[in-house]
Amino acid sequence: MDDAPAPILRMRGICKEFPGVRALSDVDFRLLPGEVHALMGENGAGKSTLIKVLTGVHAVDGGEITLDGAPVSFSGPLAAQQAGISTVYQEVNLCPNLSVAENILIGREPRRLGRIRWKEVRRRAAGLLARLELDVDVSAPLSSCSLAVQQMVAIARAVDVSARVLILDEPTSSLDAGEVEQLFRVMRRLKAEGIAILFVSHFLDQIYEIADRMTILRDGRLVGEYLTSELGQVELVGKMIGKELKDLETLENAPKDIAAAERSRPFAEARSLGRPGSVEPFTLTIHEGEVVGLAGLLGSGRTEIARLLFGADHATTGELSVGGTPVTLRTPRAATNHGIAFCSENRRAEGLIPDLSVRENIILALQAARGWARPIPRRTQDELVDKYIDALKIRPADPDRPVKNLSGGNQQKVLLARWLIVEPKLLILDEPTRGIDVGAKAEIQRLVVELSDGGMAVLFISAELEEVLRLSHKVGVLRDRRLVAELPNDDHLTTGVLMETIASGGRS
Amino acid sequence: MNAAAVIRHRLFWPAAVLVLLLAANVFFTPGFLSVELKDGHLYGSLIDIARFGAPLILVATGMTLVIATGGIDLSVGSVVAISGALACLWITGLDDQQSTAGVLTAVGIALGLALFLGLCNGILVAGIGIQPIIATLILMVAGRGLAQLITDGQILTVNSAPYKLIGGGYWLTLPFGVLIVAAVLAITAFLTRRMALGLLLESVGGNATASRLAGIRSRGLIVTVYAFCALCAGIAGLMISSNVSSADGNNAGLWIELDAILAVVIGGTSLAGGRFSLGGTVLGALVIQTLTTTIYTIGIPPETTLLFKALVVVAVCLLQSPAFREKVLNRRRRRPQSAPASADPKVKVPA
Repeated sequence: MDDAPAPILRMRGICKEFPGVRALSDVDFRLLPGEVHALMGENGAGKSTLIKVLTGVHAVDGGEITLDGAPVSFSGPLAAQQAGISTVYQEVNLCPNLSVAENILIGREPRRLGRIRWKEVRRRAAGLLARLELDVDVSAPLSSCSLAVQQMVAIARAVDVSARVLILDEPTSSLDAGEVEQLFRVMRRLKAEGIAILFVSHFLDQIYEIADRMTILRDGRLVGEYLTSELGQVELVGKMIGKELKDLETLENAPKDIAAAERSRPFAEARSLGRPGSVEPFTLTIHEGEVVGLAGLLGSGRTEIARLLFGADHATTGELSVGGTPVTLRTPRAATNHGIAFCSENRRAEGLIPDLSVRENIILALQAARGWARPIPRRTQDELVDKYIDALKIRPADPDRPVKNLSGGNQQKVLLARWLIVEPKLLILDEPTRGIDVGAKAEIQRLVVELSDGGMAVLFISAELEEVLRLSHKVGVLRDRRLVAELPNDDHLTTGVLMETIASGGRS
Repeated sequence: MNAAAVIRHRLFWPAAVLVLLLAANVFFTPGFLSVELKDGHLYGSLIDIARFGAPLILVATGMTLVIATGGIDLSVGSVVAISGALACLWITGLDDQQSTAGVLTAVGIALGLALFLGLCNGILVAGIGIQPIIATLILMVAGRGLAQLITDGQILTVNSAPYKLIGGGYWLTLPFGVLIVAAVLAITAFLTRRMALGLLLESVGGNATASRLAGIRSRGLIVTVYAFCALCAGIAGLMISSNVSSADGNNAGLWIELDAILAVVIGGTSLAGGRFSLGGTVLGALVIQTLTTTIYTIGIPPETTLLFKALVVVAVCLLQSPAFREKVLNRRRRRPQSAPASADPKVKVPA
C-alpha cells in the first residue's frame, strides 16, 4: 500500500450516527490522485452517508478527514466545493431552461463593472467542454441536450469549480450504452489530468471497465479496499452481500416439489414483455401455487418486472396472458380485476396512505375493487381487519390508529393485509421483509409458503438470496435490467450459484 | 370526555371563536340571541346568519371535497354568477314569470350548465393533468365574462314569486335556503361517510401514487368532485340571485371562492389533501358569516372592516395550527429557565 502515491483525500475512523441507526462505524477511505475509485455496497451499506459526510452535508460524529494532509471539516457542500471536492448527483442539478454556458458558469460569471461579459462566458464554457472533448453548442438551452450531455455539463461545471476531487454518484443509471461510453471517455481524460474520481454505480460491468480500485462497505462498516484487477466479480458480490461462497454452499434448502408446481396450470405468462429504459424484454411463466423468486442486485430490474406485471407501467413490447387469456394491463386496477396484487417495496411512497387508519388502509384495495357505492359493511370490516391484525400480529392492535404511527414492520404487515383480503390469484411481493425484524420476517415467509400451498401464485422479490431460495420453486436472475437466467430451485441451486449467475450474467 | 380531550378536539378552536363572536354580539346587542315567530316565519339574528351564510356553506361543502383530493377550485365565484344570470335570463323570457314549471326549467338549465362547467374543470385537472389552481383559474376569469355576456352587461331583474322562494322564501317557518343547505349536507354526508366515497377521496388526496397502486380509479373520482363542487356553486348562485330577484354578472359571488377556501381551512381540512371534515367546514363558514354580521352590528367603520376581518381570520388560523400552539406554549414553559440563552445558535452558511 505504501508504493502508491500520497492520497489526496483520506478519511479515518469515520463514525456517523442517526437517531436509532449507526450509519457508519469506523470507516477508512482514501482517494489517490489520478484514479477512479469505486465505492461499492448494497443499498443501505452507507455509501451515500459517506459521500454526504465527505461533502459536509452531514457533520461527522467521529474520525477525521484530511485533504492534502491537512485536516478539514466542511460546513456544507459549498465549502467542500471551494476546497476542491465537487459532487455530481444522479439527478442532474442544473437549470434546464438556461443555456449550456450559463449552467456551467452560473454564479461565477466573468464580469466587468458588474456587467456580465457574455462573450467571455461562452468562450470559457466552450473551452471547458473542449477539454472534455465535447462538441456542444454552448448557447443552446440545456433542455435541448441529451441526458448524457447534461451529465457532462454538470461534470464540466464541477471540474471548473474545483479540479481535484470529483464525486460521481450513480451518473450512469439513466444513460444508454453509447452515452456511458462517452462519459467514461471524459472520466479517463480527467483521470489523466490527475483528478481523483469517486464513482458510485450499481452496474458491475461498468465498475470493472472504469474503476482502478474499490472500497466495499457493508452495513456501515468497511469490508476492505481492493484493486479491481485483483478482485473477481463473484468475490465482489460475496463481499457486498456479506457471505463467503464457502459458507453459502452449506446452507440447506427446504425440499420443494418443483415438478408439481411446473405441472399445475400456468397463471401468468409473459412473453418478451418489456419496456425500454425500464427492463429488457423477458419471458416468464408463473404457475398456480408456485413461488417464483427474483434475484439480482438493486436496480437490476426486479421492481420493474413487478410493475409491468401489475400494470403500474405499460409494457411496450411483448404480450402477457393471465389465466390463459391474453390481456393488456393499462392500469393497476385492470391488474387487480385479473386477481393480481402488488406490495410495493416503497411502502411509504407507494403503499400506505399515512393519514388514514390501519383499518382504512387494510380495506382500501377491497373497497376500490367494489367501488364507492358498495361500502363494506362495518361488521365485515371489523371481522376482516381483526382477523388479519391477529394473523399477522400487527402491533399495536388498534385498527383506528393512523398507520403513520406504526413501526416499519407493522406498516409492511398492514400493506400485506390489504392485499390478502382481496384474495388475489397472483401476489407480487417486492422486498416484503426489508427493514423488518426477524420475527416478522419469519411470519411473512411462513405466510408465503401457506399461500402458495393454497394455490396462490407468488412472485417473491428480495435482495436476500437465502430468503429467495428458501421460498421459491424457481428463481429468475436479473442483471443490468435483463432477466439473464431462470433456474429451477433443485438441490444444485445454492446462493453461491445464484451469486455466480448474478456476477457472470448467466454467461458461464 | 374530559376537558383536555375537548380542547384537543380538532374543532375546538373554531367552535371557541364562534362562541366568542356570538358573545361579543350579545354584549353589543343584548337581544342578539332572541328568535321570534312572526307570521309563521322565524326571525332573529341567528336565523339571518344561517340564511345569509347558506350560499357560503354550500360552496364550501363542494370545496371541501375538492380540497380533500388535493385540488382547489377557484372558479366557484364565476359559476355562482353564471348560474344566477342564466336562471334570471330564462325567467325574463317567460310569458308568465309566476309559472312554477318555467322557474323549474330555469333552475334545471342553470344547474345543468354549472354541472357541465364543473365537468370541464374536472377533465382539465384529472384528464389533461393541469394543476388545479391553473385549470380552475381559467374558468374563474372566463366565467365572469360569460356571466356578463348572459346578462348583456346589465343587471337582470325578475319578478317571480316561485323563484324568490329559493333564496328569500320560507317553508315550515325556516328560510328555504337553509333547508336546501341541510338537504345537500345530508346527501353529501351520506355519500362520503355512509358510502365509501369519503374513504376513496381521502386516499387519493393522502397519497395519489399509492391509491393508484391500490386500484383506485382516481380520475373518475376527481372529475366527480369538481362537478359536484360546481353544482353546489350553481345552487348557491340561484340562492343569491333569488334573494335579490336579480342577476349581477359582475358582483354576484365575487370572492366567494376565497371565503369558501377559508371556511374549509378553518374547519381543519388540510389544503394538502387527505382527511376532510364536513362539520368543520360548516363551522368555518358560520364563523365567517358571523364575523361579517358582527362587523355590522358592532358598528365597525366600513373602511376598516376588511382589516378587522383579516385580523380575526389570522387569529383563528394561528390558534388552529398545532405547530403555532406548541411553539407558544413551549416558550411560555421554557422562558423562566433559559430566557437569555434563547439566541439562535445556528449560524447560516452563506450560500
